Amino acid sequence: MNRSVGGVLARPEGPAKVTGRALYVADLRVEGAWVAGTVRSNVARGRLLGFDFDPAFDWKRVVIAGPEAIPGANLVAMIVDDQPLLCADAIEHFGEPLLIVAAETPLTLRAALAAIRPRIEVRPAMLDMEASEQLFKRIAIDKGDVEAVFAAADGAAIRVLEGTYRTDTQEQMYIEPQGFVAWPPDANGTIAVTGSMQCPYYVQKSLMRAFGVEAHNARVVQAATGGGFGGKEDYPSVLACHAALMARVCGRPIRMLYDRHEDLAVTPKRHPSRVRHRTAVASDGRLLAMDIDVLLDGGAYTTLSPVVLSRACIHAAGAYRCENVRIRGRAVATNHVPFGAFRGFGAPQVCFAVERQMDRIAVALGLHPVELRLCNMLRRGDVTATGQVLEHSVGSVEVMDEILARTKIDRHPWRAQQTGNVRRGLGLAFFFHGAGFTGSGEALLKARVAVELDREGCVIVRSASTEFGQGTLTMFTAIVAQALGCDARDVIIADADTQGVPNSGPTVASRTCMIVGGSLQKACAELLVRVGPGPAPFRERARAFVQRGGDSQIEITYTSPPGLAWDDATYRGDAYPAYGWAADVAEVEVSLDSFEVRVKRFTSAVDVGKAIQPQMVEGQIEGGSLQAIGFAHLEAATMKHGQFQQNRMATCVIPTTLDTPTFDVALIEVPFEHGPFGAKGVGELPMDGGAPAIASAIEDALGIHMDHMPATPERLLEAWLAAHPKEEL
Amino acid sequence: MSVQEPVDLRCTINGVARELRAAPLRRLLDVLRDDLGLTGTKEGCGEGECGACTVLVNGEPVNSCLVPVCQVDACSVTTIEGSGFEGVQAAFLEHGGAQCGICTPGMIVMTRAWLEERSRLGAAVDLESARKALAGNLCRCTGYAKILTSALAAAAVKP
Ligand code: FES
Ligand code: FES
Repeated sequence: MNRSVGGVLARPEGPAKVTGRALYVADLRVEGAWVAGTVRSNVARGRLLGFDFDPAFDWKRVVIAGPEAIPGANLVAMIVDDQPLLCADAIEHFGEPLLIVAAETPLTLRAALAAIRPRIEVRPAMLDMEASEQLFKRIAIDKGDVEAVFAAADGAAIRVLEGTYRTDTQEQMYIEPQGFVAWPPDANGTIAVTGSMQCPYYVQKSLMRAFGVEAHNARVVQAATGGGFGGKEDYPSVLACHAALMARVCGRPIRMLYDRHEDLAVTPKRHPSRVRHRTAVASDGRLLAMDIDVLLDGGAYTTLSPVVLSRACIHAAGAYRCENVRIRGRAVATNHVPFGAFRGFGAPQVCFAVERQMDRIAVALGLHPVELRLCNMLRRGDVTATGQVLEHSVGSVEVMDEILARTKIDRHPWRAQQTGNVRRGLGLAFFFHGAGFTGSGEALLKARVAVELDREGCVIVRSASTEFGQGTLTMFTAIVAQALGCDARDVIIADADTQGVPNSGPTVASRTCMIVGGSLQKACAELLVRVGPGPAPFRERARAFVQRGGDSQIEITYTSPPGLAWDDATYRGDAYPAYGWAADVAEVEVSLDSFEVRVKRFTSAVDVGKAIQPQMVEGQIEGGSLQAIGFAHLEAATMKHGQFQQNRMATCVIPTTLDTPTFDVALIEVPFEHGPFGAKGVGELPMDGGAPAIASAIEDALGIHMDHMPATPERLLEAWLAAHPKEEL
Repeated sequence: MSVQEPVDLRCTINGVARELRAAPLRRLLDVLRDDLGLTGTKEGCGEGECGACTVLVNGEPVNSCLVPVCQVDACSVTTIEGSGFEGVQAAFLEHGGAQCGICTPGMIVMTRAWLEERSRLGAAVDLESARKALAGNLCRCTGYAKILTSALAAAAVKP
């Protein structure tokens, strides 16, 4: 029996990775290439007046390109056309690109960049999202009548609790910095780029606008990509256009590789957030009304902020049942470097807020946090804040049962008095995460995948879905091999090259398995019908089919499962085809000497529908959870004068092996009938629960309610001193 | 002698005696990658923080981004392209120790150095010592769990 799905397949690209043969963009040898770099603004806001070029430098040794060299539109094609590729006049953030400079060697380039000084008239910058009145997007979600419930609150039978929660930004810190190589237009006028990216077709769209060319004249090829986590979703469009512009001006290939400092300074990070909750609860713990206000700092340009806000708002009420919900969301402009996609995409911020609010309610009502969650969690048949009836693949009860069985946190006396210098705590987070694009996103995108047979009867899979660690290639291989009953070695996944693969959409939003993998399963079903049944192995039947002239080319365009309805104007309806469900329990120790938090053990129960490759799904959950643990207590990320302060790896810390707890991952499979073999998404889900679970564990340990992440030692000490004003330390 | 002036160096790289001509203060990382085409050694930070550039010099792990090439004169340098990594590589493949792969060559080199050190000392290969040995190698993808599993599994095949 074929055990490709649910078994363990070798990563197709694994041998190249472990031997160092895999070619990342910095590893490409490009004959005759020059290197290019960027002249940037050194203020958060101002007007560009011009440049001073140091006369001591020999300017004949370099080539310089400004906005006037851009043949098409000077903009980054994203959601709204508000971001220039190269700033010509109004400077809106620190590090805004002004000029591209190319030289034969890195040494010459560095000297040239140091010899150019932009002249800027400094203007006052808006750096406070709470004060900003410039909106990128506003969202309203309404269900029932919250005001009527709040009016009936009497402080006894119905109580009202309020809380304000904040999260700082977070750096993706993929270990490979961003980079691109671009070639000048060939004889047909085709521009080609290759680089580190998640979304080749996003890059192509940007090239088409900037160069005024058609799709077939803008070729984008993904190089091996050393991590993304959302950070290589939108920014590669900027970098690719810069490199391609310089290649065109120079008439030679251009390598543009950011070093870590530049990557940290100018690429997008997680949106800082401020979320306010006002909740009416019955004395038995039932949620009666939730009034939630979500504010995200979008930074200087729109980029992806509207969609991040959308996901944030839809997840803001958490995985809980409530008849009356009002959610108001705003993403505002500031003069920060634009914030962008990072695993979770708005959900980690609001999940932190709602889970902290649940703990606040539990304390106020004298309930155990587990009890409060069990009382309110969404179950099959319940209705979400957007009015979606949860009918399919709802694993809430299953993940809660599993997490309680594994951790016994329900029997742990939460916030019990402790003594001693090391305090211990357990904390729970319960959450869900919509898989795939929000609302009508997939219907509008119409993602395509294609399969065909080669002469040998091997299956070639064509999609633009990229591998950057998550296991896309292995997961596709498993789905195809299982669907066709063929050997995994007979599956060939074509390179993510816009000239060779159809647009299966961006590799984001936990959509690759459920959406693209689902289409792939359909394509294989069709291929199996064409090839026909028989006693011989699939490959032999397939070879015979091709040799007798059979047409094996199949392309599938994604269509949403029947019965899904979404209204973008009212934000009502089926926000996602399915949700992943999860519960995390963190076990921490906090030292009263240093206020350092040590996460000892981290247990996750996660309903993924079906684990196509269990080992890789576990790897996603462990990796995502550790990013969430970093977000919770380690990764201090601060902005000053519009500049990201952690400008090197030594200060922009991420967890090491020594910060890593013992992970215990339980995979729960409540199949989703419209996903491939029942699978939903998994990539983003594990980013949501870590911060609130750790905050809750810290509260258990110290009795203090942290409402601002990360809970760094400084913040913990401050909160401790506020709670113990007379205590000597 | 200017620091920019190339000098002649002799060293053994992946078991082969080589004569190199390079400016003495160039980073070993750049000489390996740019001059010798050994691009399996990666650069994540250029400042000694991430360990992606780990190579062995006379059997000791170093961050090649911090080593001026003149320091490896008369030394033996082993990179991921060299031999002796097979057992560790197989363990990383089998146990899911590599995701995006950018930290992987450095991890594998460091894992081998750890195994060799433990066997030199006659010390046990256990989880805690693996954790300590790999603490200077950053990985953002895996959460380290499967890397540590891979390292311990490599110990089982390569005493
Ligand atoms: S590149 Fe050498 S330690 Fe990061
Ligand atoms: S596998 Fe991606 S950084 Fe380690």
